Amino acid sequence: MIDSSLTTGHVVGINGNMMAVEVDTGSVVQNEVAFVKLPDAKLKAEVIKVIGKKCYMQVFEDTTGMAVGMPVEFTGNMLSVELGPGLLGQIYDGLQNPLTLLDNKQEFFLQRGQYKAPIDREKKWDWKPVVAVGDRVRGGQWLGEVPEKFITHRVLTPLGMHGSAVVKKILPAGAYAITEAVAELEVNGKVVPVTMSQEWPVKKAIKAYKERIYPEELLITRQRIIDTLFPISRGGTSCIPGPFGAGKTVLQHLISKFSSVDLVIVVACGERAGEVVELIHEFPEMKDPKTGGSLMDRTIIICNTSSMPVAAREASVYTGITLGEYYRQMGLDVLVLADSTSRWAQAMREMSGRLEEIPGEEAFPAYLESRIAGLYERAGLVKLHDDAHGAVTLIGTVSPAGGNFEEPVTQATLKVVGAFLGLSRKRSDERKFPAIDPLDSYSLYIDQMADSLNKNLDREWTRMVHEAEALLGRGAEIGKMMTVVGEEGISIEDLVSYLKSEMLDFTYLQQNAFDDIDCAATIERQVVDFKLLYKALKTPFSFETKAEARKFFVNLQDNFYQKNYAAEDSPEYAKFVSKIEEIIVSGGGRLV
Amino acid sequence: MFKEYTKITNIIGDIIELSAEGVTYRELAAITNHNGDTSLAQVIRIDGTKVSLQVFAGAKGMSNRASVRFLGHPMRVPYSEDLLGRIFSGSGQPLDGKPAIANAQETDIGGPSVNPVKRVVPRNFIETRIPMIDLFNPLVESQKLPIFSTPGEPFNELLARIALQAKADIVILGGIGLKFDEYIGFRRKFEEGGIMDRTVMFVHTAADPVVERLLVPDMALAVAEQFGIAGKRVLVLLTDMTAFADALKEISVAMEQVPSNLGYPGSLYSDLASRYEKAVDFEGAGSITILAVTTMPGGDVTHPVPDNTGYITEGQYYLVNGVINPFGSLSRLKQLVIGKVTREDHGAVMNSMIRLYAKALESKKKISMGFEKTETDEKYLRYADLFEQRFMDLRVDIPLNDALDLGWKTMAECFDRSEIGVKKEVVDAHWPKGA
Repeated sequence: MIDSSLTTGHVVGINGNMMAVEVDTGSVVQNEVAFVKLPDAKLKAEVIKVIGKKCYMQVFEDTTGMAVGMPVEFTGNMLSVELGPGLLGQIYDGLQNPLTLLDNKQEFFLQRGQYKAPIDREKKWDWKPVVAVGDRVRGGQWLGEVPEKFITHRVLTPLGMHGSAVVKKILPAGAYAITEAVAELEVNGKVVPVTMSQEWPVKKAIKAYKERIYPEELLITRQRIIDTLFPISRGGTSCIPGPFGAGKTVLQHLISKFSSVDLVIVVACGERAGEVVELIHEFPEMKDPKTGGSLMDRTIIICNTSSMPVAAREASVYTGITLGEYYRQMGLDVLVLADSTSRWAQAMREMSGRLEEIPGEEAFPAYLESRIAGLYERAGLVKLHDDAHGAVTLIGTVSPAGGNFEEPVTQATLKVVGAFLGLSRKRSDERKFPAIDPLDSYSLYIDQMADSLNKNLDREWTRMVHEAEALLGRGAEIGKMMTVVGEEGISIEDLVSYLKSEMLDFTYLQQNAFDDIDCAATIERQVVDFKLLYKALKTPFSFETKAEARKFFVNLQDNFYQKNYAAEDSPEYAKFVSKIEEIIVSGGGRLV
Repeated sequence: MFKEYTKITNIIGDIIELSAEGVTYRELAAITNHNGDTSLAQVIRIDGTKVSLQVFAGAKGMSNRASVRFLGHPMRVPYSEDLLGRIFSGSGQPLDGKPAIANAQETDIGGPSVNPVKRVVPRNFIETRIPMIDLFNPLVESQKLPIFSTPGEPFNELLARIALQAKADIVILGGIGLKFDEYIGFRRKFEEGGIMDRTVMFVHTAADPVVERLLVPDMALAVAEQFGIAGKRVLVLLTDMTAFADALKEISVAMEQVPSNLGYPGSLYSDLASRYEKAVDFEGAGSITILAVTTMPGGDVTHPVPDNTGYITEGQYYLVNGVINPFGSLSRLKQLVIGKVTREDHGAVMNSMIRLYAKALESKKKISMGFEKTETDEKYLRYADLFEQRFMDLRVDIPLNDALDLGWKTMAECFDRSEIGVKKEVVDAHWPKGA
């Protein structure tokens, strides 16, 4: 049965999902994939350590029933994903098994050892070539295109190709399956056929582009606190750490629904299956604001939830980012959401423990930081060989132990991301959503993107935002002061500043995730709303008594709040705006 | 047909090691000690011919000449309708003096996880008649939710009360490290409440061997899974999961694994998740809802057990000082039922009542520090008193719709309608007349 040209071995030890294998014949490659043969199934595993003739492998499945002496076949290939048209709208596990196909039988459970082709082999795609015979192409360049859902899927030359190649043959426009050779390239004097699909090892970054570009453009999430105060750039990186129950997942879901990108890859890594179930059932029903198609058509879900095998969880994040890089090669704007990177780090920790490696802080392996940095560095805005721009933006959630941001995963992540959106327990307990703490959070992109923001949103945009931020800081100081000296101990001016900062927080930074209108604010609306609010914040109101000031702000704040529930072009919205302007004038403000 | 071994080389804690061949991972073995005592044991590591097993009954008094016979299959639990009304130990031995279950289908414990695409979105509200749950953090069918508490709090009473009032088809109790009195307490309440005939109990008391403690959740959940597939709505109660985690710690230390936090194994998250993730709503069949108790050592929620649990489960109820605290408590699935299955004003009442109570506590704090009481403070203080008395008191036993009406009434008694931060249309529809 076993191909004699391939390396074989046999099991000599089992400890959880780690197995020790003694190699009988042939060579072994670090990170190569092998299969161990049990009586009822063949299980996939990956080499993670080689010591002499013995190698240690993480098994991607439950190891119950495995015994010493069972045969192991090595494949010679690193853990790879298949790339090609047909990925969009799919739900995969961490190893790119299509979960919907595993579901054919009326079977509730994920039986081990079932591996299915990730992409449909039979489906015919409408191919159109974009190069001609004799053209010179580089790795990752476009050979042709097929329509996939709402995007133009570019068929690429082999991504790992060194130097350049000459197109020897290219099929005319027509319908072909992904297994058919649509072109032939001459590489270093050898002619190789090229199909619409190719494989790529997940742990290696795809670098088949001309250069990386400094990200200066805003990625719109439609969450006011993010877009206005702590923006993320296209091709940037961000992390959302927060204690449990602070709303990480709800926030991620909203970002995946409303972000202004071409496609979204959601990696549910070691989290609850229930979260994914909501996506699976909700997304096909929802409209993509950009194309009008279903949201699922622009989404790929990689789902390795907490009770699924832990080694596949480690792979799932890489699988997600690799698919992101692949679509970036087509000049698309991709958002990868990894929820949660802490579970991914814990998967590394579990394996490191079984390998009896010397532990670092909190028993995480010493290479934790470099792995995290390596992952986030795979995001970025790039200029392709075809001169188009493509972007992978990576947003990772972090689930710090005890909600304490001092722990190793949060700290290692902070070093490499551009925007830090820290969720606070206190804010979520007060039912503030998003529970992003405006005093702790930051974005390096607001200054990095200043020129583009001031050009596209408002001439004074970044200045206004920084002023609003300062007001929040001042408000918090006064709030603290009040807990010590009481309201009677502070001046009316300070109370007014405090009430202003409360109003900014309550009516702008918070959104109602479950209201159809308030859950997402377009950037155009944010600009208009923020400027009106800014006007109220800048007006130097004067009051005789503190009670008068409070009463005034209750009224003003309620109008700003109710305005959030009115659609932009509705008469109610206009009514609230004029009411707000009226109140500002009545408080002694002048409208400009 | 199975070979018998009589030479144990090492005994470490409750783990024995011997040299054996042809053994499979997680295989079960029957051990007979020199004095005739028997126990089951499970393979937890294989290194060449060296096999490590954890002994369910513990290795106390174990002779290194005890006989070990491998059984060729992993741990199983019998499943049949006859389980109802019965009580078993962690390793499946009857504790109620009745005979073992005969002619039952045997099912492996700790089986594979449910394919996420075969789950359905939870959508059924479970009414418990406890306003702090129903109104503020409703329980949803197929949810997994722990009660975070500290020793001495009435968490087991709360668990039993929910079991009696929640109208599940089947109740499965997994008692882990229970005090004997607590075990009898559950039994009595279930018998008095008339639900014993649809209850199965797996009970490990604090005096029983630690390895059996590890088995309780798996046994309970494997049985729950079978009832769920058969179309039943199952409620599983697990108390106390911190005792389960401590057993994991004990075994992993004995196995010389590198500990992560406070001696717990690095796999604590995955170990807890693989149990809690058994909560499910099967497409076209029944469901499993898990309510667990997690005692927080020293009342510290950042302790690894409550902390990891909090990330895994779909919310938590904080039971401190005899009340369910509205701030730390959370039901992550509540949005699936609030205003959809329950009344349309549910969401608005819930949010503004909590927000007002938070402000009320601020006022309280301010006044206790000796500051002047303003007119606004007066309102909030009055509200706080009513809130604690009408909603937080655990003795309150009312259906959800009554609680919602009472909520509007309470707000109207204390505040003006513009002060509660609720959408205008909702206030118009529900603000009590004449207020």
